[in-house]
Amino acid sequence: MYEELRGYGFTVVTVALDRSAEDARPWIEAAKPAHPSLIDTAHVLADLYNIVNVPTILWIDERGRIVRPNDVAFGTDIFKYITGLKAAGHLAALRAWVRGEATALPEARARALQSLPTDGDQQARAEFGLAEWLYTRGRTEAAGRHFVRAGELAPHDFTIRRGTMPMRGIDPMGPQFREMLGAWVQAGNPYYRPLPE
Amino acid sequence: MGALDGVTETKFTIIDGGRVAEVGEREGVELAKRAEAAGRPVAVDRDERVAYLGVSARERANVLASLEAPDFTLPDLDGRVHSLSRHRGTKVLLVAYGSW
Repeated sequence: MYEELRGYGFTVVTVALDRSAEDARPWIEAAKPAHPSLIDTAHVLADLYNIVNVPTILWIDERGRIVRPNDVAFGTDIFKYITGLKAAGHLAALRAWVRGEATALPEARARALQSLPTDGDQQARAEFGLAEWLYTRGRTEAAGRHFVRAGELAPHDFTIRRGTMPMRGIDPMGPQFREMLGAWVQAGNPYYRPLPE
Repeated sequence: MGALDGVTETKFTIIDGGRVAEVGEREGVELAKRAEAAGRPVAVDRDERVAYLGVSARERANVLASLEAPDFTLPDLDGRVHSLSRHRGTKVLLVAYGSW
């Protein structure tokens, strides 16, 4: 997709919200991307863009303006059976926008679709920031307390609740994740929050 | 010699916007309180003597609502840093993902 569209004045920038570069390395080396593929252990991007789960995508135009706010899309259909979200719809829309065949969302619509952070989100991110700093200095027990506190403050933020599992010695694909997800969904909450079409 | 001679005040770490400063404990607690009074989210661990001063929801929301994409600078696998702003003039698909 990137190779096909790069001639139109387009790039992809991927950002891994991961514990370490080593956690992201196998994914990046398998994909061998020609575009920037960055590592964000401190969740700088999540804080700036109010990102609460992955994958999250945004479109940014030539003037550096957000023309499609936080949305859920997958590059391939690999995860479709889990999520029910199809890759094809997003890819077709992206292709049309990049080629100039279609405009992105009007400003008022983009603004209306944005999800803005609450005080609770930002308090959770402060707890995460403290925890991540402690974790990288080997103070894992103290870090664990603040990772948990962060998740309590923003229970919808899975970059925190799931993304910190590796730092708490928990398998992010294992039974504790499935239990957390089950309880969340059973209470009527969405795990992914795609934009309405 | 007085009983307190040679006693130095315990150090306290303040993390503020990516900057890390070592200060005295009293000053650190004071800085954290002041940030909180200014409406910033603050996370403190008194046992570890460290405080993280975050950015308020209002400040983040104001920037996002302007639709101006916030700039960031992050490293790649080889430690080379990249900024979003260097892609000004091209369309960007920004993708956040995680190995988890």
